Formats: sequence, C-alpha cells, structure tokens
Amino acid sequence: MKKGRMTGARAIVRTLEALEVQVVFGYPGGATLPIYDELAKSSIRHVLARHEQGAAHMADGYARATGRIGVCMSTSGPGATNLVTGLANAFMDSSPLVAITGQVPRSMIGNDAFQEVDITGITLPITKHNYLIQEAAELPHCLEEAFFLASTGRKGPVLLDIPRDVQSEEFSLSQARRPALEGYNPTTEGHPGQIKRAVGLLKKARRPLIISGGGVLQGDACAELLRMAEQGELPVAYTLMGKSSFPNTHPFCLGLLGYHGRVAANTAVSEADVILALGTRFGDRSTGPLGSYASSAAVIHVDIDPAEISKNVPAFLPIVGEVKQITGRLVELLPPLRHADWIERLQGVAKNHPLRGRPEGLTIPNILHILKQMVPDPVLVTDVGRHQIFAAHYFPVREARSFITSGGLGTMGFGLPAAMGAKLGRPERPVVVVSGDGSFLMTCQQLAAAVAERIPILVLVMNDHCLGMIEQLQDAFYGGRHEACRLGDNVDFAALAQSMGGLGLRVSREQEIAPAIERGLSCGKPCVVDCLLEESANVYPMVTGASLLEYVE
Amino acid sequence: MKHTISILCDDTPGVMTRVSGLFSRRGFNIESLSVGHTELPGKSRFTIVVKGDDRVLEQVRKQLQKLVHVIRAWDIKQPEAVEREHALIKIEVDQRKRAELLEIITAVQARIVDSSDSIWILEVTGDTSSVDSAFNLFKEYRILESIRTGKIALERGPGRFAQL
Repeated sequence: MKKGRMTGARAIVRTLEALEVQVVFGYPGGATLPIYDELAKSSIRHVLARHEQGAAHMADGYARATGRIGVCMSTSGPGATNLVTGLANAFMDSSPLVAITGQVPRSMIGNDAFQEVDITGITLPITKHNYLIQEAAELPHCLEEAFFLASTGRKGPVLLDIPRDVQSEEFSLSQARRPALEGYNPTTEGHPGQIKRAVGLLKKARRPLIISGGGVLQGDACAELLRMAEQGELPVAYTLMGKSSFPNTHPFCLGLLGYHGRVAANTAVSEADVILALGTRFGDRSTGPLGSYASSAAVIHVDIDPAEISKNVPAFLPIVGEVKQITGRLVELLPPLRHADWIERLQGVAKNHPLRGRPEGLTIPNILHILKQMVPDPVLVTDVGRHQIFAAHYFPVREARSFITSGGLGTMGFGLPAAMGAKLGRPERPVVVVSGDGSFLMTCQQLAAAVAERIPILVLVMNDHCLGMIEQLQDAFYGGRHEACRLGDNVDFAALAQSMGGLGLRVSREQEIAPAIERGLSCGKPCVVDCLLEESANVYPMVTGASLLEYVE
Repeated sequence: MKHTISILCDDTPGVMTRVSGLFSRRGFNIESLSVGHTELPGKSRFTIVVKGDDRVLEQVRKQLQKLVHVIRAWDIKQPEAVEREHALIKIEVDQRKRAELLEIITAVQARIVDSSDSIWILEVTGDTSSVDSAFNLFKEYRILESIRTGKIALERGPGRFAQL
C-alpha cells in the first residue's frame, strides 16, 4: 500500500484509536472480517460476546457506568438484527452507543444476498442517527460524527453500516470528505429569562419538589442537584433512571416515585405547588395516571430535548438546555430557602408508610440488606422484573452511576451483559447483578464470555421459579390466574455457572447468604449465586387506581 | 385539523423514509407530500399535508426537527401562505362537446398541453380548492386518467422561515 493510503478497515480502527476507544464488544462474521484483521494489530481490546444482543448491552453498561461511549460491533444479517434489542434499550434510556455493523458488498445490496438485511432501515426508529457508508473516504469523518452525535445533546445510539468491500477499499487520506452537520444544533445553555422565572417560582413555592431523572446522570449534574436541594431545602424524588443521581439516604430524599413509587414521593408529587423536573421525560412508569398527575403543581421542566417539553405533562415553565448548566445557574441565583413544615410533613408520610417487605429469611429485601452491609458501594446492576423494583427500594446508593437498570425498554436479560461492560469500565469497583430466574436465562450464555474474558462479577439470581412481575400483575388484574408464569425448578443455576467455568453456589438458608456473597466476591472469577427464595412475594407499593394516591402497599 | 408542514433538509438518501416514518408510526395518513430542490445547493424542501390532532402533530414537528438531516421543520398557517397544486388530466373529447369543453378550459384557466386525435392532456394549476373545482367541472367528460402533485406552499413576505 502506498504512503498516505489506507483501507477502510484500517481507517475504522485508526479512527477508533484516535477517539480513545479502549474496548469494543462484538461478534465477528463474514462481513466484518477486514475490520477484525486490523483490530488484531490494535491496542483496542475486543471482548467476544456470545450473542450480539449481549455485545450491545455490554457497550451500554460500559457507557452507563463510565459516561464514555460504548462501542459494539456485529456482522451483517443475523448479527445486525441481534443488536436490535440492545440498540432499542440504549435509545430508550439515552445511552451513548456507537454500533458498527458489516454489510454485504455494495454491488450485492438489494439483491437478497446471503446474510443481507436492511439494518439502517430496521434501526431507523431506534437510533439517534444511522449511516450506510458508501465509500471508504467517508469513514473517518462519519465515525467521528457518529461519536459526536452519540455523546452530545440528548445522547443515544448511532449505527454505521459498512459494506465489506468498503472495508477493504483503499483511499488516500487527502480524499477524506467532511460534510457539515447543519441541522444539528442542540441547545446547551438554558434561556436566562426562563431561569430567572424559575427562581421566582421556586422562591414563592410553599410545597416545592425536585424530580430527578436519568438526564441528571447523563448530564453529569449530580453535584449541582445536591447543592440545589440543600440550598433551597427542596425534597427530591427520583425516577428509576435517576436513582443514583441523589444520595438515597439523604434526609430530603423521598425515594422512587411513580407506578411502584414510595408513598411519600407520590404524595409529594400530588401535593406540590412547584415541581422542578430535571432530565426526566415523564415516562408513564414514573407518572402513573396522567389525568390526575401533579394537579396542583406548576411544572418547571428542564430538559436537553425540546421534544420532551409538554409531551406527556404540560410544562408551566420549560427550560431547554444542559441540566448541569441550568441547575448550576439556579444554584447561583437561588437564595437559601426554608421549607421545614413541608419536609416534616413528607418525612411523616414516609414514617407512616415504611417499606413492608420481609427483612428476614431468604427474601429479596433481606438478601439486598445483607449485600448492602457487606458491599456498601458496589455498582449494582439489575435485570427486569419484580427483583428490579425491590432493588430500587431496598438497596440505597449514594454515588452517581452506581445503579444501572433498563428503564425505558424494560429488557429482561440486560443485567449480566451490562454488568460485564460496567466492570470493564470500572474495574476497581465490585459489580453485582441482581437478577431473576426469568431474566437471567435470557442472556446467561454471556457468562461464558465473562469467564473467558476474566470479568469477575457477582450475579445473585433471585430464584422463585416464576416470572414474578407477571405473577404480580396476574394477581392484581387477572384474578390470580397464573398463566404461563411458572418456570419450574429444573434449572440449577449453580451447576450452569460451574459448567461454563465460573463459580456456582446455591443458597437455600438465610445463614448461607453472607458466606456465598463473600466467596463470590473473593473468588476472582464470575460467580452466580442461586438464591432459592422462600417466598414468591409481590413488590409494593403499586398504584392500582386512577391517581398516584390509590395504591396497594 | 389539517396542517401544512414545511421541511428544509439535506438532499441525501433516506431522508424521505426518516420523515415519513415519524408520521406513519403515529397512524397519520399523509394526504399529500411534495419534495424538490431549492435555491440552496444540496438542500430539499418538503411540503406535507396531514390531518391530525394538533398536539400530536406538534410532537411530530419537534421530532422532525430532531432528525440530523432536517434543518428546519415548521407548520405553515393558511392565510399567511401562497399555496399551489398542479394537475394533469387526460380527457377523451367528444367532437360534439368540443366548444363547451373549450369554454370550461378557459374559465378555469387550464391549458391544453397535448392533443393526440381526440385525446387531450389538460394542465391545471391553483390552490387545492380551485384544482378540486376544475376536476369537478371536467367530471362531465370522459377522464381517462389524471394525476395531482402534492401541495406546495410559501409564506407571504419574509415568512416565518426568515425569523426561525
């Protein structure tokens, strides 16, 4: 190859290096082999997933734990379609991802070639943007652009579909094309007039409330949020995505709000006169029934995405921009305020409505309690289901990005691969997955990758031999008829882990919990603890009526 | 309510799918859509007519604005805009009704753009309602086939585009 010339594949790897990518999660195939050939010569680590969905979740978990961009890669056709769930999951939770898919050679596109699929068409509604690369000369710039798009404004996944012959095409760097991004100008600074008006509203408020969403974490605004809450004596309720944005044991913290929210948090939403909503899209799980939602409050909605303003909940005062900048400015302008009566009232509600899960025996609340005592500050990753809500309630966290969960899409099987990505991003931290027997089986093959790649994580399978959340919904709304929700007791999760080279433990008595966690964390390899729960308990509170205040607890 | 949405965007493959997908996933049927080049090199402009709930359409407009290739998307208010549609109508002409037909053609300011023996192609331009009434008048004659472009619209004066 002549000087100054390179192949598309080399340009991809060089550009990834220049963008300081340290790890790529992927699975090879015929349409990405030129890239793999170059990756072998690079310092970038490749983690070989055991299914592409896992590769996407790993990249997602990495992004959520670190704030950096997660990169995943698959071949064309089935490899690309296997990424789809992972991309949709990242899209719903605004997680910055770059996905690279191989495509059949340009001359064969549209001919129903072997392993051909229109992945840019398929992922149109679940990516922030996507590209079908037409020539190698576009690659360096398109990759840079993809990273820029994924990590600015409202973050999200960006996909590049790269035909195999483009990967092997030679081009000279002087040919590299640089189109402009004229239509992409995310607002960063909040409107000063709107910010002043927000200060005015907050000063007059008698029953103010902050709702903190995932945007506070994505926008790196946790420090500003804490200062804001303390300076203005403002109680804080969080959405599931915002759980680790505010110290959970802070006296002003009301806990999770919404459909499965704490009574104190939902009472605050219903009684507040001013709500400062930071980085939340008012998803239906966090609002419950919209008709009666926050009916006495003027809502100040701070969001990076103008399309979220008044989408679900009418904003009395919208402020579009970066939550860090806007909250920082609010802190500067807001005088110290006192709301002792209001805080006292909410703390009273919290006291009268404690969580009622059984804190003893082999129950999820007790296991989480024991885990918290042994590992106070892990990165806790959950799967999706009843155990997820238990984890949100019973495992208080205090540091940003220490609670990772699939919020918007609710993807069962997210936990294990996301934890692997998180562990690679933050190797100094213990990473613990709280999973269920249903969720874990969806992506358990990734344990083979965790062992092979030496990623030591601890998985606690809350095994109740059933699909807990389904059971709970059937109890509440389908007369207790448990159709298609029994999983049976034929899976030995400890043996499953052992068979893949991990450590597998089985816990059937309360006193075995702590030793199992201890062994799992110190064994230096992936460990699965099969916790045979002694009861199949539903998770409460749960909103069952037409307002947040009609609930079962 | 009926809305006319104008979109200025990059002239690049896939823009049409991205734009139309935002309407179809919410169950909106696009009544008409026209797209073409503009005075700006590399830019296209869409005019989309769609009926639907105001609030949901405003949400669609915001989502359109978020597409990376879309530079501006805005709702054009009717009295403030000049609107045009174009139609071609192929008619079989009965010699006995020729004079009468010519009168109507003059009245609706249509033009005969082709005549092959007894088959004429007429061209009509106007806002939606005048094209509708031309069709209504020609209905009496034997229409072999016809086609209409979607509506195109520009705001009077500097327009909101200049202010955006």
